[in-house]
Amino acid sequence: MDLNFTPQEEAFRDEVRAFLAQNLSPELSAKVRAGEHLSKAEMEGWHAKLHARGWLANHWPEEWGGPGWNAVEKFIFENECAVAHAPRIVPFGVSMLGPVLMKYGSEAQKAHWLPRILDGSDWWCQGYSEPGSGSDLASVKTSAVRDGDHYIVNGQKTWTTLGQYANMIFCLVRTDREAKSQSGISFLLVDMTSPGIEIRPIITLDGAHEVNEVFFTDVKVPVANLVGEENKGWTYAKYLLTYERTNIAGVGFSVAGLEKLKVVADRVQCNGKPLSQDPLFAARMAKVEIDLENMKTTNLRVIAAVAGGGAPGAESSMLKIRGTEIRQEILSLTRRAMGPYAAPYLHDVSDAEPPLGDEASAKAASSYFNNRKLSIFGGSNEIQKNIISKMILGL
Amino acid sequence: MNFEHTEDRRMLMDSLNRFVSEQYGTDVRNAMAYGAEGHSPQLYAQFAELGTIGALFPEEVGGFGGAGFDISVVFECLGRGIVPEPLLGALLVGRALMLAGSDAQKEVLGSLIDGSKLAALAHDEPSAHHELNHVATTAKHEGTHWVLNGVKGLVSFGEKADWLLVSARTSGATQSEAGISLFLVPGQSMGIRCRAFNRIDGGRAAELVLDQVQVPADALLGSVGDGYSVLERVRGYALLALCAEAVGAMDVAKDHTLEYLRTRKQFGAPIGSFQALQHRMVDVLLEVEQARSAVINAAAAIDEQDRVKREKALSAAKYSIGRIGTLVAEESIQLHGGIGMTWELPLSHYAKRLVMIDHEFGDEDHHLARFIALSQTH
Repeated sequence: MDLNFTPQEEAFRDEVRAFLAQNLSPELSAKVRAGEHLSKAEMEGWHAKLHARGWLANHWPEEWGGPGWNAVEKFIFENECAVAHAPRIVPFGVSMLGPVLMKYGSEAQKAHWLPRILDGSDWWCQGYSEPGSGSDLASVKTSAVRDGDHYIVNGQKTWTTLGQYANMIFCLVRTDREAKSQSGISFLLVDMTSPGIEIRPIITLDGAHEVNEVFFTDVKVPVANLVGEENKGWTYAKYLLTYERTNIAGVGFSVAGLEKLKVVADRVQCNGKPLSQDPLFAARMAKVEIDLENMKTTNLRVIAAVAGGGAPGAESSMLKIRGTEIRQEILSLTRRAMGPYAAPYLHDVSDAEPPLGDEASAKAASSYFNNRKLSIFGGSNEIQKNIISKMILGL
Repeated sequence: MNFEHTEDRRMLMDSLNRFVSEQYGTDVRNAMAYGAEGHSPQLYAQFAELGTIGALFPEEVGGFGGAGFDISVVFECLGRGIVPEPLLGALLVGRALMLAGSDAQKEVLGSLIDGSKLAALAHDEPSAHHELNHVATTAKHEGTHWVLNGVKGLVSFGEKADWLLVSARTSGATQSEAGISLFLVPGQSMGIRCRAFNRIDGGRAAELVLDQVQVPADALLGSVGDGYSVLERVRGYALLALCAEAVGAMDVAKDHTLEYLRTRKQFGAPIGSFQALQHRMVDVLLEVEQARSAVINAAAAIDEQDRVKREKALSAAKYSIGRIGTLVAEESIQLHGGIGMTWELPLSHYAKRLVMIDHEFGDEDHHLARFIALSQTH
């Protein structure tokens, strides 16, 4: 039992830090730290820098352009990136579709799509959720009917994150209406520029445009874009959901968020003293700091347990629940720390020049509201409890 | 990074778990824990023979372990059987001897490790309410002797201790960190009045009234007035041991509750099929894993030289265990329903121990406040 990093692990951490110092511009880091939304070009630019170093698809095997890191190295990388306020890697191609293609795709599909994920030729988005299919994902209604060398797709996807930037979408579609809900689903790759696709923004409660609705009307998709076998899509969908979730606890984001909260609470004055010295606020901060210290070790224990191979299954549900609760609590405290100055609703950062109240107040409330999504997406925390109940507790 | 125990520790854990499950069946354990002695002198001797006490100390003082993870492994095993034996007293007094004892005093260590003598820390006082610096008991130098006066409560197994480590004020105000001195005192010294009782969670404890207790000059442990820093280190070991014990007890409480959810039927179905209960049980599971991580953090920090880092990790652990131990106890009783209220059910004794651990060496609130105070000094 040894919680310290080995000299090799420390050397690796230093290498990651050096990379970040050289490649992450202070302007970009400041934007991420402030909780601002990044442009498409900023996200693509960051991907390009990681790709140039061979670190973009850090969990892919070397054969497909991954760096061959072990679980601890991946954790160190993700943690250092979060603490340095680097943009997060857009996961849809790299973390979601990539592993599915490697395991279930044809040789031709792998050879065509995987390099394009790495070099940024394609921006993927995820076509899972539908208006009638939130937590109950297997109730997919969007249909794909075979017509010669094509499928004809009709239906609607929703909550499509960053779909406004995407040229490709991977979709769960129903190819057999007679089958029970979980069979009869197929996994299809669809060109977003196809005729019959319409995308509409969904504006979230913080005023942001991150998610979208995607409508499919008689969209023709080549049969070559079917991944794996027809009607076996649910297997691939589940694989995607459980694969590679070492970072689901978001410990790095919480560490970075807590550091920011502490700075803010030292700066904001309350009764002539820093807010950090208010007994009740200090107690709330201390509680979440201790939960996070415990969570760091819990996360590392899970990583160590899966380091021998195999994707974490229900353990990732445990990390997701507590990890997102901690992140949400930190964001909640950051909002509270702003007092009345959390209220101004600024459409543009330049509206906050000079700052209204503390410099962190501009995004405190909107970041808090935006991140209520954490306990809802990726399987709501209640769904995660159902999974744990079944898979770990055997109830 | 490595989360595996060494081969030696795994063997120690296996043999202790086996010994505890063989010797501390519920009825036997309860008969001892709630009986006149509060424990079993025979089994305590066997623990010593198995090397359990030796595992708490390093080789240079006659042990064969002594690292944070040795201590956590031993106490986690004890927690699995809610073993009421006075090993904690041996750990705490032994550590104080290692830290500040004279060569003559250190000879007592051997008798603690071989189990032939019992020891107890007599530090807490009636109005201290977990504050380590509160010492109203006085020690006055009179000729070649020290004379001790005051009340110590509660002292775990205080009536049976062959050696008491007594804290007493030689200068300063009652709440002052400076001016506390430590004395190694024979348990049967003249002038010690003992009011002993059984604990609600098993084992024995006592309130000791020290009335003109005369001890020789060489009973002083360390230098005059400098006892606080020794007490803080000693309490650190208590926090680690109690937290590890709690995790052992939590695991058993969790297993018993899970088994009950699987087998108890209501409305024609196992109650574990009801989502309201499933989600409560999942919360218990998540919290127990966080508690386990807290103990790992504490064990890793116990030898940390940076005081603030070390004490923060220890207080963070005790805060976590106080909160989670109580939660696990209350949820386990609730999920069992009426039967969880009964003396007959083994679980109820685990629940009592988990709650009462929060009353030893500082509760959840105390350690949260301490964690904040330590954070603000850094």
